[in-house]
Amino acid sequence: MTGLRDGHVVGGRTSDGVVRVPPPEFDPVTHAATTDFVGVASEGTVVSWTWVPEPVKAQPLDHPFAWALVKLDGADTAIMHAVDVASNDAIHTGMRVRIRWAAERVGAITDIACFEPADTAEHSESFSADEGSAEGVTGVITPVSLDYVYAASPEESAFFRGMAEGRILGQRCPVCRKVYVPPRGACPVDGVPTTDEVELAGSGTVTTFCIVNVPFLGQRITPPYVSAYVLLDGADIAFLHLIQGIDAHDVRMGMRVEAVWKPREEWGTTIENILHFQPNGEPDAAYETYEGHL
Amino acid sequence: MRDVAVVGFAQRQMKEFEGSPTCVELLVPIFAELFEQTGWTKSDIGFWCSGSSDYLAGRAFSFVSAVDAIGAFPPVAESHVEMDAAWALYEAWLKIQTGEVDTALVYGFGKSSAGVLRRTLALQLDPYTMTPLWPDTVSIAALQARLGLEGGHWTEKDLAAVAQRSLADAADNPYAIRSGKEGVDELLARPLYADPLHKHDCSPVTDGAAAIIIAAKDHLPTTAERPAWISGFAHSVDQADLGSRDLSGSPSARRAAISANVGGAPIDVAELHAPFSHQELILRKELGLDDSVSINPSGGALTANPMFSAGLIRIGEAAKQIWSGDAQRTLGHATSGPALQQNLVCVMEANR
Ligand SMILES: [Zn+2]
Repeated sequence: MTGLRDGHVVGGRTSDGVVRVPPPEFDPVTHAATTDFVGVASEGTVVSWTWVPEPVKAQPLDHPFAWALVKLDGADTAIMHAVDVASNDAIHTGMRVRIRWAAERVGAITDIACFEPADTAEHSESFSADEGSAEGVTGVITPVSLDYVYAASPEESAFFRGMAEGRILGQRCPVCRKVYVPPRGACPVDGVPTTDEVELAGSGTVTTFCIVNVPFLGQRITPPYVSAYVLLDGADIAFLHLIQGIDAHDVRMGMRVEAVWKPREEWGTTIENILHFQPNGEPDAAYETYEGHL
Repeated sequence: MRDVAVVGFAQRQMKEFEGSPTCVELLVPIFAELFEQTGWTKSDIGFWCSGSSDYLAGRAFSFVSAVDAIGAFPPVAESHVEMDAAWALYEAWLKIQTGEVDTALVYGFGKSSAGVLRRTLALQLDPYTMTPLWPDTVSIAALQARLGLEGGHWTEKDLAAVAQRSLADAADNPYAIRSGKEGVDELLARPLYADPLHKHDCSPVTDGAAAIIIAAKDHLPTTAERPAWISGFAHSVDQADLGSRDLSGSPSARRAAISANVGGAPIDVAELHAPFSHQELILRKELGLDDSVSINPSGGALTANPMFSAGLIRIGEAAKQIWSGDAQRTLGHATSGPALQQNLVCVMEANR
């Protein structure tokens, strides 16, 4: 990675004499750490290729391009990367290609922006390696982002529709009669879908809780704050939510709480309609009333 | 070694499952079907093992929610692999070998359609030198296909013949999501999808789930008239660096076949988990299967390929061939990772 940052490719010679690019951390035969590093050229030959008419998010090029296995001069193994050519007629096995370096290099595989045909006008050679920074690259950051389409199950769907009407809907298992909220596709005791709809009150008992002190990515409330299991009155399974309106250190097991809803005009089919739970002023529930839910 | 047989198999495969992101809901009817096949209840199962992926589901610990489908109270002995459930079957088989349990139910599930599958699968690649480029599975398979074409290992016609046979066979499989009567020439005339592959050379994005019951000798359900005895079971893996592998072959498939003694006697039917046409050709060569072997009568992965259960389904389909009396010795194969990186082989026989 340090080599990439400095604008050249480094391979590793393993015990079988093979120069591998990228260099493996450990020898595939002896399992010893790779120590024999070899510089290879930034030009090479296409070993195999395929055409990508519609690139997907985060690939090296956002217009149609070719993926190729490229054997760089001086290396014995090929590296997979993108080749920027106009069409699948413009690439073939055996074609000479060279690295197009990224404008800004940080010590990551993406420092190689892509490959390009080696017969095009020179512009990669104009770069002069930054001789001043001798420090090696010690870390790589690989951002990963995936998108999903969330399809609610029939049971979840009923719950979210209820939310949009300001109602908390659970369902009763037809076998053990327990009430689950949110309802689920299968009772964890009996393995059958829950059926009869049960509307629950907005009040309940804190069974257990934790004080969140650790900041993390995407956090919306400043720590310390309380995340708690609230056993809604009439439900047989606790519900995970936030407790606000009280100092985090005063939250306790058995505390009686009620749901605090967003203004009605902001309601959607989401659990976020309930902002948080807050103490409702009732005396604490006796331990026996929730001990079976811990 | 304890004698262990496959005695139950149920599956669901579909283009798009219109339920929550995990396909867990599919497990409830599948388990019910297995209990009907065996006459058992959940208390007859000594061990539960699943294969699935959080990356596919888009939520952490998604396999924990699957335990709901079991009805896991009182608690059950349970385990999970972040791999195709064929590997979960291997774990369950080992567990029975230890003598700790006598029976196991193995299941796999996944909703491939929830995300962009070929992007999701980029996360199984080397996280330093490959994932940041987001190479997609189809493209990697296409690089492999071209190496074989230009290296003289197979022709475009060979690939089309695999697709043609798979699509035709799938017409009899109610779970296949793709089938067709097109001939080889018609298939070759279709446009390229990922040069040199056509769309019919690539398995379709599939949602689904499947489950298998295995049991040790003296613990079989009374319904098992012709159990599929597991006589060889092995898996192996090739190195992660694509460039260092000879992609026109699959050494790990060869090693697994040797360990499972595939060549010890003739194989009647082989169900191969080949998500791309050319990969079937590689597997037939590496597993030593000649033209007398019936390959993928179910239509195979080219006609339905639910992630994390397609490999297990191959073993179930191969077991069914024994139950029905149509075959004496069959083979189920599963693969995982890019370009046949990991391979598992399960040989089953009518006689023990
Ligand atoms: Zn129940």
